[in-house]
Amino acid sequence: MAMVLSEEAGMLKDAAKGFLADSAPVSQLRRLRDEESADGFDRSTWKDMAEMGWTSVLVPEEHGGVAMGHVAAGVIAEEMGRTLTASPYLSTAIMGATALSRFGSDAQKGEWLPRIAAGDAITAVAVDEGRKHNPVNVTTQAERSGNGFKLTGAKSFVAEGHIADMLIVSARTAGGDAEEEGISLFLVPQDAAGVKIQRASMVDSRNSARIELDGVEVDADALLGEVDAGYKPLESILDSGRAGLAAEMSGSAQECLHQTVEYLKERKQFGEIIGTYQGLQHRAAHLYSEIELGKSIVLKTLQTLDMAPDHAAMMVSAAKSKMGQVAQLAAQESIQMHGGIGMTDEYDIGFFIKRVRVAEALFGDANYHTDKFARMRNY
Amino acid sequence: MSDLETFRAETRAWLEANCPEEMRQPLGSEGDICWGGKRWEFKSDAQKVWLERMAEKGWTVPEWPVEYGGAGLSKEEAKILKAEMKAIKARSPLNSFGIWMLGPALLKFGNEEQKLEHLPKIARGEIRWAQGYSEPNAGSDLASLMTKCEDQGDHYLVNGQKIWTSYADESDWIFVLVRTDFEAKKHEGISFVLIDMSQDGVTTKPIKLISGKSPFCETFFDDARCEKHNLVGEKNKGWTIAKYLLTHEREMIGGMGQGSGGMRPMGDIAAQQLGLDDRGMLADPILRTDVARAEIDGLAFLATMERVTDEAKSGQGVGANSSMLKYYGTELNKRRFELMMDSAGSDGLEWGAERDVASHWLRTKANSIEGGTSEVQLNIISKRILNLPTA
Repeated sequence: MAMVLSEEAGMLKDAAKGFLADSAPVSQLRRLRDEESADGFDRSTWKDMAEMGWTSVLVPEEHGGVAMGHVAAGVIAEEMGRTLTASPYLSTAIMGATALSRFGSDAQKGEWLPRIAAGDAITAVAVDEGRKHNPVNVTTQAERSGNGFKLTGAKSFVAEGHIADMLIVSARTAGGDAEEEGISLFLVPQDAAGVKIQRASMVDSRNSARIELDGVEVDADALLGEVDAGYKPLESILDSGRAGLAAEMSGSAQECLHQTVEYLKERKQFGEIIGTYQGLQHRAAHLYSEIELGKSIVLKTLQTLDMAPDHAAMMVSAAKSKMGQVAQLAAQESIQMHGGIGMTDEYDIGFFIKRVRVAEALFGDANYHTDKFARMRNY
Repeated sequence: MSDLETFRAETRAWLEANCPEEMRQPLGSEGDICWGGKRWEFKSDAQKVWLERMAEKGWTVPEWPVEYGGAGLSKEEAKILKAEMKAIKARSPLNSFGIWMLGPALLKFGNEEQKLEHLPKIARGEIRWAQGYSEPNAGSDLASLMTKCEDQGDHYLVNGQKIWTSYADESDWIFVLVRTDFEAKKHEGISFVLIDMSQDGVTTKPIKLISGKSPFCETFFDDARCEKHNLVGEKNKGWTIAKYLLTHEREMIGGMGQGSGGMRPMGDIAAQQLGLDDRGMLADPILRTDVARAEIDGLAFLATMERVTDEAKSGQGVGANSSMLKYYGTELNKRRFELMMDSAGSDGLEWGAERDVASHWLRTKANSIEGGTSEVQLNIISKRILNLPTA
């Protein structure tokens, strides 16, 4: 497959770029932060995104979607990374849609996919329990209870968990700590009895949640996929999100470089435009090269997710690891090259280093994915 | 069957019938690479037969036009030929600077007589070419070169010295950047000429490198004669050709190591040399991280080469990206060989062994110097891609 965007994806990119620059630039995130918005995102922008089809990009046509695939989903995420647009796009349109369309029963698909496509339902994936991502470490218990299950445990760092209508929760139905076997996935409505959601404001001015499950009763049909065999589907759901985050970070890294290079062309010190200094030129050129590598592995990964989703795990980890490091480099270098003004809250560049730090950590940081890559490569 | 499928089937059958068994074995040493030329001594009959058969088909330079010794294959056909050769592990029948460097320059800038004279001999491996670019005082600042080329009426007279001329001591002809106008600005007084090295006015002296090998020479021109029909392109317009070839060379050096794809993954080498612990992890945990990062960067680099090629095909390319590839690819190759040395331990420190890693490791240090240093590539990226101003 050629490593260029199709005409269709290219048009989507242009449309997304235009819309986000006009309707959801960094100033929107700043406003949401300053107003201490309870939602942490703008619902009318979200509605517009749904109308443009962004929430249905991974929803099959028979459920009201446009099924454009992961390359298209990544194109949108990348553009959102340039403007740092806050929305439940990743948790819902990418991960929720992947979870239900690939692993949902007919009834689950019928219930959730049309609502996701329409932008009417928000989902979140509740997987982490400790401070570092490790989806095999599941202590949340799901005991058989009557016709269904009773869930007890706690989840943290649940991105968009504070506004989700439905949570995709990993819980242990069998097996011991750190065993893949015995993990099951459940669809839990946020208003189920015993679900306690505590919003956590994050450094990037976005939100995640700590969630307590205190004997939450769900029916058997809340099970997503097979009992005890939820780990593989969970990894696929996570991989869709990791690839989406990598694409988002690619956009952020490109924007950091862009703003920095523009600044280097304007700022004067010692009577010269600072962009004429080789010390800065070489830093910028090195950053450019790193970003080009990151862009390539992200595109390759998104293409692999579309063509061979069951064989994409290694590429996903490579992309999440590489782009995570590149985006952090970009964010750090842009502050250094902006100098003092880069440290001010008034200037936008500081928003990037914060978001990139969170996106890098979400669903496994570069260290986690470098280690996972090495394990998959048998060393 | 589509035309391409037919081509694939015919190619496979021909290669199966014509590639000698010996030419399907991995290279034992650098000496097994066939470079051709008047003074070439074939290492075996198989090497000779393989070159002759491939040259006969035009497949030493598959994409060149038939009249110049090629087979006139399309890009798609050439890709198939490459893949089929790789499938049976066939060695390259002929390596040469004529194929990689001079050929593309002549195809683009040469006149018809020059193409007909030189290209078929390159394709058949009859003439071995060297490249005369750098001078002792013109390295990164190549355009300041001073080798003098004077018009003597019916011929040119060349005086000066080149350095880092690869395998000049084994070459027959040399393509050279010379100064034909000492008054003009430095980029505007340079010409591109072809010189027969078999004359007394041309002498070479090998340079011994830190790797212990001598792949490069100094080449001296003392009243060397150059026929007038051996000026390529216009007089004083040689810099255009030089830049074109440098771009070409950068792509080649940048892709070396990674691009060939045939290299054994670093993780496999380290796992074999150092073993795994009881959790199945490389016994040296810090090396394991470095190896994994390098492998990930290798994948990202391969994907980038692919993307840059595909973008160029679809007309969205950034020309100066060859500098980015050269910069990253060579730095990555150096990293790979540092890891090879880390992994090999004391075995890797042995000098002069049959397949010693140390001399290869040392050789890679030149990757980020030859063909334009990493720093020059970063300058080009700043100027031509990021449009940063110059002082």
